[in-house]
Amino acid sequence: MSTYATVDGNEAAARVAHALSDVIAIYPITPASPMGELADAWSAAGRTNLWGRAPRVIEMQSEGGAAGAVHGSLQAGALTTTFTASQGLLLMIPNLFKIAGELTPAVIHVAARSVATHALSIFGDHSDVMAARSTGFAMLCSGSVQEAHDFALIAQSAALESRVPFLHFFDGFRTSHEVNKIALLDESDLAAMISAERVAEHRARALSPNAPVLRGTAQNPDVFFQAREAANPFYAATPDIVQHAFDRFADRTHRRYRLFDYTGAPDAEHVIVMMGSGTGAAEAAVKTRVARGEKVGLVTVRLYRPFDAAALHAALPSSTRRVAVLDRTKEPGAPGEPLYLDVAATLARTLGAEAPAVFGGRYGLSSKEFTPAMAAGVFDAMAEDRLAHDFTIGIHDDVTNKSLTWDTTPADEPSDVYAAVFFGLGSDGTVGASKNTVKIIGEHTEQHAQGYFVYDSKKSGAVTVSHLRFAPRPIHATYLVERARFVGCHQFAFLEKMDVLERAADGATLLLNSPYSAAEIWPHIPVEAQRQIIDKRLEVYTIDASRIASEAGLRGRINTVMQTCFFALAKVLPNDAGLDAIREATKKTYAKRGPVVVAKNLEAIDAAIAALERVVVPSSIEGHRHRRATVPADVPDFVARVTAMILEGRGDQLPVSAMPVDGTFPTATAQYEKRSIADSIPIWDPDICTQCGLCPLVCPHAAIRLKAYDPAAAEEAPDGFRTRPWKGKDRPGEAMTIQVAPDDCTGCGVCVDVCPAKSKEAVKHKALNMAPKTEHLDVERASYDFFLDLPEAPRRSLDLVSVKGSQLAQPLFEYSGACAGCGETPYLKLLTQLFGDRLIVANATGCSSIFGGNLPTTPWAKNAEGRGPAWSNSLFEDNAEFGLGMRLAVDAQTELARESLWKLRGDLDAKLVDDLLGAKLTDEGSLEIQRERIGALRDALRGVDDPVARRLETVADHLEPRSVWVVGGDGWAYDIGFGGVDHALASGLDINVLVLDTEVYSNTGGQASKSTPRGAVAKFAAAGKEIGKKDLGMIAMAYGNVYVAQIALGASPKQTLKALAEANAYPGPSLVIAYSTCIAHGIDMSQSMAHQKDATRSGYWPLYRYDPRRAETDAHPFVLDSGKPTLPFKAFAEKEARFAMLARVNPERAARLARLAQRDIDERWSYYAQLAGLERHPVIGEEVES
Amino acid sequence: MSVDLRTTYLGLELNNPIVASASPLTGHVESLKRLEEAGVAAVVLPSLFEEQIEHERMESYAVQELGSGAFAEAMSGYFPDVPATVSRSEAHLDLIAQAKRALSVPVIASLNGTTVGGWLAYAEAMQEAGADAIELNVYFVPADPTETSAQVEERYVNLVQVLASRISIPLTVKMSPFFSAPANMALRLIDAGAHGLVLFNRFMQPDIDLETLAVTPNIQLSTPAEVRLPLRWIAILREHVTASLAATTGAHTSEDVTKLLLAGADAVCIASALLRNGPGYVERLTSGLRTWMTEREYASVEQLKGSVARAAVQDPNAYERANYMSALTSFTPRPHTP
Repeated sequence: MSTYATVDGNEAAARVAHALSDVIAIYPITPASPMGELADAWSAAGRTNLWGRAPRVIEMQSEGGAAGAVHGSLQAGALTTTFTASQGLLLMIPNLFKIAGELTPAVIHVAARSVATHALSIFGDHSDVMAARSTGFAMLCSGSVQEAHDFALIAQSAALESRVPFLHFFDGFRTSHEVNKIALLDESDLAAMISAERVAEHRARALSPNAPVLRGTAQNPDVFFQAREAANPFYAATPDIVQHAFDRFADRTHRRYRLFDYTGAPDAEHVIVMMGSGTGAAEAAVKTRVARGEKVGLVTVRLYRPFDAAALHAALPSSTRRVAVLDRTKEPGAPGEPLYLDVAATLARTLGAEAPAVFGGRYGLSSKEFTPAMAAGVFDAMAEDRLAHDFTIGIHDDVTNKSLTWDTTPADEPSDVYAAVFFGLGSDGTVGASKNTVKIIGEHTEQHAQGYFVYDSKKSGAVTVSHLRFAPRPIHATYLVERARFVGCHQFAFLEKMDVLERAADGATLLLNSPYSAAEIWPHIPVEAQRQIIDKRLEVYTIDASRIASEAGLRGRINTVMQTCFFALAKVLPNDAGLDAIREATKKTYAKRGPVVVAKNLEAIDAAIAALERVVVPSSIEGHRHRRATVPADVPDFVARVTAMILEGRGDQLPVSAMPVDGTFPTATAQYEKRSIADSIPIWDPDICTQCGLCPLVCPHAAIRLKAYDPAAAEEAPDGFRTRPWKGKDRPGEAMTIQVAPDDCTGCGVCVDVCPAKSKEAVKHKALNMAPKTEHLDVERASYDFFLDLPEAPRRSLDLVSVKGSQLAQPLFEYSGACAGCGETPYLKLLTQLFGDRLIVANATGCSSIFGGNLPTTPWAKNAEGRGPAWSNSLFEDNAEFGLGMRLAVDAQTELARESLWKLRGDLDAKLVDDLLGAKLTDEGSLEIQRERIGALRDALRGVDDPVARRLETVADHLEPRSVWVVGGDGWAYDIGFGGVDHALASGLDINVLVLDTEVYSNTGGQASKSTPRGAVAKFAAAGKEIGKKDLGMIAMAYGNVYVAQIALGASPKQTLKALAEANAYPGPSLVIAYSTCIAHGIDMSQSMAHQKDATRSGYWPLYRYDPRRAETDAHPFVLDSGKPTLPFKAFAEKEARFAMLARVNPERAARLARLAQRDIDERWSYYAQLAGLERHPVIGEEVES
Repeated sequence: MSVDLRTTYLGLELNNPIVASASPLTGHVESLKRLEEAGVAAVVLPSLFEEQIEHERMESYAVQELGSGAFAEAMSGYFPDVPATVSRSEAHLDLIAQAKRALSVPVIASLNGTTVGGWLAYAEAMQEAGADAIELNVYFVPADPTETSAQVEERYVNLVQVLASRISIPLTVKMSPFFSAPANMALRLIDAGAHGLVLFNRFMQPDIDLETLAVTPNIQLSTPAEVRLPLRWIAILREHVTASLAATTGAHTSEDVTKLLLAGADAVCIASALLRNGPGYVERLTSGLRTWMTEREYASVEQLKGSVARAAVQDPNAYERANYMSALTSFTPRPHTP
C-alpha cells in the first residue's frame, strides 16, 4: 500500500536524492533551487539518508564550484549529488566530462531550463541538457512529478550498477514546479534498488593512501584515444542495466517504464517521438485520435543517453510510415535538433530503405505551452502529407513560415476532471491557498489533484494565475486549464485590468473577492465581464474576503477565506466534507505556527462561510465601467504593437515578425505600464515641507519627484497642483513641487518614513502623508502629467553632489517592477541622475537584471534629448569581465576618434579640434559644451572628403567621456563573479563596480552568499550562517590603486553621493559596495532607510571611502565616514527576522553567533579606525601606461 | 525559641512568605537558583504576554509566508521553512521546565492578557511544563470612552472563568487598583475561579522624548511609599475572602513585609528590592522578619497573618480614611465591637 503525497517535481526528486547521498554540493539557480533548499533544510533538521546519517550539504560559489566539489567528493568515495539548470549546468560541463571519463557513479538532477541566448529565460526547455549530451553522462528524462521521484532512484541505482554517471532531468517549471499527487517511495524501496555491493565498490575505488592510485593523468597522442575507447563496454551495458532497474522497480511499485515507451494504436502509421512533460499533452491527443480509430502513436524517450537503437526500433510499430520528432531545443544551423538527428540516424541505420519518413520540429521553448491541440496539429500535418522537416509548433512564424497551425479553440477538460483557475496577487496568498487546496484533496481523499502556477515577472504587485485540476484518476495534463468550471478572482480590480473570464467554461462558478454585497455588485463589474457572465451563464458569488481576513487578524492574506469559499462552492468533496477537510488541514498546516495562527484561520473559515453570497445575475448590462486600455493612446509604435500585447497577456499571439531579431529593445517603456498597484499614496503638504529632497532620493520607483521651475510655468497648472517658492538662495525666484506619480507608486511608504518635517500641531502629520489613492487619484494624475511637462532644471545649474541638487536631476530609471521598498533601486536611480546621459551599464543576472530587463518593459529611461543609460546583461558569472570589455571598446574608439581628429586638424577649425582634444571634462557645463563641439565637428566633417573623416563620424561621440558601471548583487560580486570582479579591479581600467549588497541571493529567493552575515538565517543556511561576512572592500583595497567605498543611502545620503561621484571621477577602477535593504531581511520595508541607519549606527555597516588620489594630498587615503558604533548589534539584529529567526530555532546557537557577530563588529571597527590613521602612497593609474 | 515562617499560598506550602515577583531575575535558571539559595519561598517567572504571543505567532507566520507565491524565482518565499520554530513563547515554556528541574520551591508561571483567544492555550502548556500555579496579569487601558466600567469588569471576569476552566493548577489574578469598587471586583474574580489575588499590578506609563517627540512608554522600579496601597486593600479584603492574598508593589524592607503580613497577606512578592540589592537580599528580609517576630515572641507567621487587618483592629475606619483631617478624638466610650 503506497503512501501518497502532493509535492512538486523538485521535492519529488530531492526526497530521493537526499536519501541516497552522503554529500550534496549546491548552488542556487531557478528552477532547480528548491531541491538544494530542501536538501539543506532537511539536513539542518537532522533528516537522515539511507545509511542513517544526515547528508553533508555545502553551498559553493558557483555551479562550476559545485561540480568540482561533487567530483572531489566522488573521488574520495562518497555518494554525491547536485542540482542545477541552464547556465549552471553549462558551468558544470568540464567536470561532467571528467566525472564520466572516470566512470564515477554520480547522479545530478536538472530542472531543465532555457539557456540564455538573445534573452535570458528562467523557463523550461531542453537547451541546457542538450548542451551536456556529449559529456558521457547517461541522460534519463522524467516527464511528470511521479517520474521525477521514480527516476531519481532509477538513475542512482543504474549509475551504481553501470558506473556511468547519470544526468536525471525534468522540465523546469512544468514538472519542477507542478504540484501533483504521487505515490511515495519508502526506505525499503530505496534499499531494494540500491545495491550495497555496488556502493561498497564505489567506496573501494576511492582515493586512499592505504591503496594509493593516480587518477587524472595527462595523456599523449599515443594512448589517449585508446583509453577513451576503453570505457565502451560500460556504455554498451547501460541501457540493459536501466531497463533491468525499471523492471525491478515495476515489480515493487507496479509502475512500469521502458527505455522508449510506446502508447497508441498498435498499427500506427504516424508517430510522434518526444521526451519530457510534453508527452502528457501528446498522449492526450493520441488517446482522442485512437478512440476515433486513427492510426497514431507516441514514443516517449526515457533514456536519451546512451541512445539504445534497438530499443527505439522495438518500441516503434512496424506499421509506422511517418515519424515527427519533437525537440524542445533549438540548434541554429544544424540539419536538425538532436533528438531528431538521433532518431533519424537510428531508424536509417536499423531499417535502411524500410525506414519511415522522419521529420524534426521544435516546440515548447522557454515553457511555451504545448497542448493536445498542438500535438494534434502535428498529426494533422502528417495525415495531410504536408509535414515538412524543421517545422515549429506552438508559435506563428510569419518570417520563415516553418510553423504548423493548430486548433486554437479552448479545449474542454475530460468530463471526470474538475478544473479551476484562480487569479490573485503575489502578496495575497492565492498561490499558497491553491497549493493547500491541492494538498487537502490529494492527501485527505482518494481524489487526485494537480496544481500549476503562472506568474508575471514583477516583484511587486505581481499577478498569479493558479491552474488546478481534480480527478478520480492520476492527472497527466501538462498544460494550462483552458476551460474551468470554477474561476476565483481574488482581486476585484483585475476585472478592469485583464480578461479574467476568458477561461471560464459555460455554466462555471465565478467567485469574486469584492467589497460589494450581492445586491450592489453588478454595476461595479466592468461591462465586458458582465457580458461574459451573461453569455456563459456563470453562477456568481461574492465575498468581502479582505475585510474578513483583516477582522480575523490575518492582515492582507485572504487565502484561507477564498479557499473556504472554493470548498463551499465547488463541491469537489461531497456535502460538508470539503469544509471539514479544510478545517482539519488548517489545524495541521498551521500547527507548527502555534495555536494563535490556527485559531485565527479557523475563525476566518467560519466567517467566510457566513459571509459568502450568491449574486442574482441580471439579464442585462448595467453601469458604465469598462476594462481599461493597457497603454495610453499616444505611445511609440513598438509599444503599441508589441509591448501592449505582452502587457495584456497576449504575448503568445505575437508572430515571429513582431520580435527583434537580436534581442534589442527600446528603453523608457516602463512609463507606459500604468500598473496602479498602490492602495495608498503619499500626499504632499507644502506648508510643512523643508524641501530637503530626501523623499525623491529614497523612492525605489522614481514615483515621487522634485522639480524647481519658473513660477510662470505653473500658471496653467490643473486644480489641486501644489507649488511653493524654492527656499534656497541658489535658485532665486523659482518655485518647487514634490509630486507623486499615483499610478506608478507602489505605496511602500519609504518616503513618508524618511520625511523629517512634522507638523507643530500634530506630530503624526508630516510633509508627506499616506492617503487612500482613490480619494486623490484624479487630482494627482492630472498634477503628475502637468509636472512631467514642466521643464527640467539645466544640469549645469545643479549641485549634483548635494541631496537637493541630485534630486532636481531627472531620474532615468523609473517605475521598475522591483519589490515595494526595494533597497537596490534608489542607488540605480541615483546613478542615472548623476551620470545617466553618458551611462553604460553591464548588469549581472539577479534582481537588478530582472526588474531592469525582464519584458514587457524596462525602467531604464531617456531624457528629452533621447539620451540615457544603455544597458545590457550578459550572464551571472561574467559581469565584471563584460563591463571591462565595454570599457576597452569605449577606450579603443575614443583613441580612434582622437587620433582621427588629430589627423584631420588641418582640414578642420584647429581651435575646435584643440578644444575637443584638450577640454577638461569635469563638470556638467563642460560636458554640455563638448557635446556642442561634437555637433559642430559633425557639421564640419560633412565637408571633408577623406576616409578618415568618414571613420571619425562613426566614433565622434566618443569624444565625450562615457561612464561605464558594472552593476550586480552580492551573489555575483562575492561568489560566482568574484574572480572577474577581482580581475577587473586589478586591470587598472576606468571601470566602476557597484555592488547592490543585499547580503543574500535575493532574486532566487534568499539563499546565503559569502556576504550573508554571521548568525543570519537564509536558505542554504537554515541553521544560521556560522561564518562571518567576507570583507570585499578590504580585499579590493589591498590593491592600493582601487577606489573603494562602502555606502548606505539611509545612513548618509551625503556620503553616498560623494562616493558615487568620486568613483566615477576616479580614472582607475572603483568599487562601491552599497547596503541594500531587501525583503529577504525580514523587515518592514517601509522602514528600509531606518534599518540602513541602524546598520551603520551599530557598526555593522561602517561607511568609508578609500580614495587613492587622497594619498597625494594628505597621505591618508582611507576615511572612515561613520562614527563609532552607538547601538549594540543585538538592538539592530532583533528588528530583522533574518537574525531574529535563529533565536526561535536554536536560542543557544543564536546567542553564541550574536556574541561572535558583536565581536566581528568590534574587531572590524578597531581595525578600520587604525587604517584611517595609516599612510599609504599607492602608484595610481595616471602614472602607469596602460 | 525558633519562629515558624511557613505560610500557605494558593494551596502551596511555602517555607516563608517571600516570593520573588516576575522580574529579569526570575528569567534565568542561574539567578533563580541564587534566589532559592537565598531562601526565597517561591518564584514567579516573567510574564508571557498575550500581545507578545499573538504578535510573535503572526509575525513568524508572516515571515514564513513572506513573498511566497509572489515571484517565479522565489516561489517558496525568502526564508527556509524552519520546521521547529521556537518562539519566545516556547522558550518561555522551556524556562518553566528548566526552573522546575533546577528548583525545589514552587514555580509560578505568569500570563498577561485581556481577551479570550488562542493564546490561552499557553496556560495549558504552562501547566504541562510543570508550573505549580499560574498568575494571570490582567489589565488593559480602557481607552474607549464608550466602554462602561461594567463591561470592563465583565471582560475580566469572563477571562478568569475561561482560564480557570482550562487548567487544574491554582490560578491567581494580579489585579489592578483602578476599579471603582476594588473589593467587589476582588470577590467577583474569586467567584470566577481565582484561587488567590495579587495586589496590585504596576504598569508602564507613557513618557515623551523631547528630542524626537516620540511617546516612549517605560516602567520604573517601585518606591517604598507605594506599599501603602496594597496594605490597605489586603487589610480590607482579608475578612471577606478565604482565597490567598499576596502583596506586591513597594515591599522593600523586612519591615514592609511584616506590615503586609500583619495586614493579612499570605505572601509578599518582591521585585524592585531584589533588582536593587540582588538575590541575596531575600535572606535579609527573612532574617529581619524572624528577628522582629522573635523579639515580640510571635510563634509563627500563621499567628501573625491578619492580626492587624481591618477586622482585627480597634478602629477599622483607619483603613478607610481617604483624606487627611485632624484626629477625631472621642470623649465618650464607643460601643464595643466584637
